[in-house]
Amino acid sequence: MNPFVLTAGTIVSAIGHGLAEQCHALKTRQSGLIPCDFFGITTGYIGRVSGVESHVITHGPSAFACRNNALADMACQQDGFEHAVQDAITFYGADRIAVVVGTSTSGILSAENAYLDVDAQTGFPPQTFHQSGTQDLFSLPRFLAERLGTKGPLLTVSNACASSSRAFVDARHWLEAGLCDAVIVGGADSLCRMTLRGFASLGLVSDGPTRPCDAARNGISVGEAAGFVLLEREGARPQVPALARLAGYGVSSDGHHMSSPDPQARGAIIAMQDALKQADLEPDHIDYINLHGTGTVVNDSMEDQAVSTVFGKKVPCSSTKGWTGHTLGASGILETMMSIGLMKSGFIPGCLNVTQLDPSFQSSVLTDNENRPVRRVMSNAFGFGGTNCSLIFEAA
Amino acid sequence: MRVVVQGLSVWGPGLAGWPHAERVLRREDTWQDGPVTPPPAQCLPANERRRSGPLTRLALAAAEEASQQSGLQPSSLRGVFACSNGDGAIVDSILSAITTEGGEVSPTQFHNSVHNAPAGYWTIGHHTHVPAVALGCYDWSFAQGLLKAVAECLVEKTPTVLVVYDLPIPGPIGKARVTENPFGCAFVLQPDTTQDGICVLDITYGATTTQQDEVLHPDLMKLVPTNPAARALPLLEKIASRTEGTVKMASVPGSLSIAVTPC
Repeated sequence: MNPFVLTAGTIVSAIGHGLAEQCHALKTRQSGLIPCDFFGITTGYIGRVSGVESHVITHGPSAFACRNNALADMACQQDGFEHAVQDAITFYGADRIAVVVGTSTSGILSAENAYLDVDAQTGFPPQTFHQSGTQDLFSLPRFLAERLGTKGPLLTVSNACASSSRAFVDARHWLEAGLCDAVIVGGADSLCRMTLRGFASLGLVSDGPTRPCDAARNGISVGEAAGFVLLEREGARPQVPALARLAGYGVSSDGHHMSSPDPQARGAIIAMQDALKQADLEPDHIDYINLHGTGTVVNDSMEDQAVSTVFGKKVPCSSTKGWTGHTLGASGILETMMSIGLMKSGFIPGCLNVTQLDPSFQSSVLTDNENRPVRRVMSNAFGFGGTNCSLIFEAA
Repeated sequence: MRVVVQGLSVWGPGLAGWPHAERVLRREDTWQDGPVTPPPAQCLPANERRRSGPLTRLALAAAEEASQQSGLQPSSLRGVFACSNGDGAIVDSILSAITTEGGEVSPTQFHNSVHNAPAGYWTIGHHTHVPAVALGCYDWSFAQGLLKAVAECLVEKTPTVLVVYDLPIPGPIGKARVTENPFGCAFVLQPDTTQDGICVLDITYGATTTQQDEVLHPDLMKLVPTNPAARALPLLEKIASRTEGTVKMASVPGSLSIAVTPC
């Protein structure tokens, strides 16, 4: 694979606005999870981004106003991201910058609110409901292009909880095909009744804060996040320092079941092996694996099997969802940004909230932070529909 | 970007699979409006077929027909699934449940509500580990899907099936997002241009031009605005004509210029 670098990046999640706040919370082991109090739903804990309800989008048409785009807008304002995009526009031209982003539910909260206000006579939602600007999946890249002034091709990837990880793969395809010179890659997913109630209906919401890899783990805490990076060819703008390099990826399907992972973990193993192969790396070249680690019984067991099959006990791994909750389609970009932070800061976060590590696990799961150099990180994401994506980032 | 089309499928009102649709597009058969009844997905076991619903049935019927025509193993094809509305019936049902006092979300409906559900059922049906991506690009799902599928096919040097499909949405959302007819289509794309097939597509993308060719068939012209996936019709008509030519298609932003050369 030709080398691609991440030259700018931004993130908002329950543990902060911008990368520095994420790293501080990881370092000090402060979780962002709180008891759920979302529109009367009180099951489990959530990872809510502070300030999103009061955030006002000041750029772009009002038809795009919704919680998901508000999160995206907040992310645009962090970590110098807008300025970095402006510099890229000046260098490449606006029409050479694409937007490839992942989301699983876009602004569906707006549709939920519209359903509370349907005209009983006509069955019509209120006129204030802008379906294409909010609930529709394509709303996010259209909003971002308006917001940031890019004029290259747009794409929304919606592969459930692997959406924003998979977006890196689709961005790379467009870059390699010469359709653009830089891509805003990432995604956003925001709290809504649908996912909170949906995961509860499947019995997958943890009563307490989620505790990935614990022997007594019993589900996820739903979170929200938005984040974006600027991905471009290495060396194209030598004066711009790179945050990290995209070294490789692996994508696969389980071909097994819609909502249960393959107990033999074959799809996940293929994704990790393909990522290593593409990056031309051996397993022990990876310094840390950021697990998908959702905190459900079956995901974490499956992933442990996959990681131990590929890596044995050689490589430390952990899940950061005890801090942020499972941010669904945004988890890939959130954990990409965390990986960049860990490479810069030189530490690995051990899983939060673990009382007793699952004794059946064979991989090298950390439950406390460790200070050590981190040059290469693998980040995993798996989703409903049996979709898997492993990304490898390395220090630039 | 040059690829060979090795398989095609179309399911829409009065268009029942590629051999039939090709005759209508060539005006050898007259177009007659009628219900869209794609065959059930043979690749799925009966219980999965029941669970999966009409959107997956439409997508898999198109993917299956195009794959069979290509002679390639369905399990070997990378998948690009593009759809604007997702499973509107499920989303409407869940939205009604969560906004009604005492309403319960069905767990099966919830996991089927993910946008990549048809892609997931495709990979389950064919027991394949090959990746499949699910895209949602509103009215431009066909153009963005084609741009993505061709790039993926060439960069990954792997035959790829592009499947584009949408259904009308019931309930209040369907009143805000009107889709009048079901429509689905599929293309099997081969990166090796020395191979035989139906035609070669040579696609160039222009971010700054906005051009859109219309379908020439007077009946089918009326279908195009009734479903995002039906925006494929001008290209399908050109392919069916077995003549050389170029089709312009609006993308976001810009447009695709698709040069079609019969094999």
